[in-house]
Amino acid sequence: MKTMDLQELEKRFQEKIDKEIKIEPNDWMPDEYRKTLIRQISQHAHSEIVGMLPEGNWITRAPNLRRKAVLLAKVQDEAGHGLYLYSSVETLGADREATIDDLHSGKAKYSSIFNYPAVTWADIGTIGWLVDGAAIMNQVALCRCSYGPYARGMVKICKEESFHQRQGFESLVTLCNGTPTQKAMAQDAMNRFWWPALMMFGPSDDESPNSAQSMKWKIKRFSNDELRQSFVDATVPQAEILGLTIPDPNLKWNEETGHYDFSPINWDEFWQVVNGNGPCNKERIEARTKAKEEGMWVREAAMAYAEKRALKKTA
Amino acid sequence: MSNREWPLWEVFIRSKQGLNHKHVGSLRAPDATLALENARDVYTRRSEGISIWVVESNYVHASDPSDADSMFEPSDTKVYRHPTFYEVPEGIKHM
Repeated sequence: MKTMDLQELEKRFQEKIDKEIKIEPNDWMPDEYRKTLIRQISQHAHSEIVGMLPEGNWITRAPNLRRKAVLLAKVQDEAGHGLYLYSSVETLGADREATIDDLHSGKAKYSSIFNYPAVTWADIGTIGWLVDGAAIMNQVALCRCSYGPYARGMVKICKEESFHQRQGFESLVTLCNGTPTQKAMAQDAMNRFWWPALMMFGPSDDESPNSAQSMKWKIKRFSNDELRQSFVDATVPQAEILGLTIPDPNLKWNEETGHYDFSPINWDEFWQVVNGNGPCNKERIEARTKAKEEGMWVREAAMAYAEKRALKKTA
Repeated sequence: MSNREWPLWEVFIRSKQGLNHKHVGSLRAPDATLALENARDVYTRRSEGISIWVVESNYVHASDPSDADSMFEPSDTKVYRHPTFYEVPEGIKHM
């Protein structure tokens, strides 16, 4: 086994994948598989952590205690999800802090949706409904990812996230059944978040060069466009129940395909935001960098205290 | 920036009385006390457990997956260790 050549190892690896046998941390895996996962899981972790920022801003402004408790629980979940994912990254031999430093230096990306501001209370409901809804669509598919620790993390995350989407929808039901001003606020949030939510699934299949390999390795199970279509199909009837208009004049049911047709996505905007020019990119990275730098003394003090206590024990 | 990271801990949770502790994931913490507290916050936000163990990952020794074939072969080849290997005459119930 140990003297096996690379080709044979790769062949056996692919056979395991084809037979739906999960890959675990100490199993042999191609370097490129490991690298792809480190990139994908760390960027997923960063998205959870950066995703706390737009919502965290509304905790002290929630309209009542119930909504405040719910929002606190949701934001705490996002922190937990980030931590499960950083642990998964570490099982691949990556250095957790190095992946975080890559986020701060701009080398690593995170979901572009979090570069949009949450300017009204309706945005919080809309984020839960559309943004978490889109994230769930992606993450449910990842529960069957070939890499064991990532798949297991996703199962736990999906279980927890279904409350995130429901609380958002419930909050929007309340606004949409409220005063005309409240309803208008919900519609305005919908207008701003619809297209960025569709962009969360990433570039179109023909513009996504790494997708084919990820599908072959069963890291991905569905293509970006397939997931985006499922999301649109699931969400349109929900918008109808809210009485909100989806900001797309070309959105209509297609009898033949059994799916909704929708307008092409503005990919210029997507790439602008991914490449750092969205409304809040700078603010988000500054907030994360500040949290690490200004919190470092706490980490150091806790470590010094632990070491002092350990010394006392042995003395 | 400090170069010294907090150690890594493996987390095991007993979901209810009568069941064993099961590995659920890992986290970083400076010492056992904080590892337990962090494990509570990270892994038991929805009554997943009633008891937590944390073990510094350094102390976990694992078998080598590439040795799995030879390591577990003896348990695969001894079919007579299973009750289904034995024939029981007709008419005998509950054995």
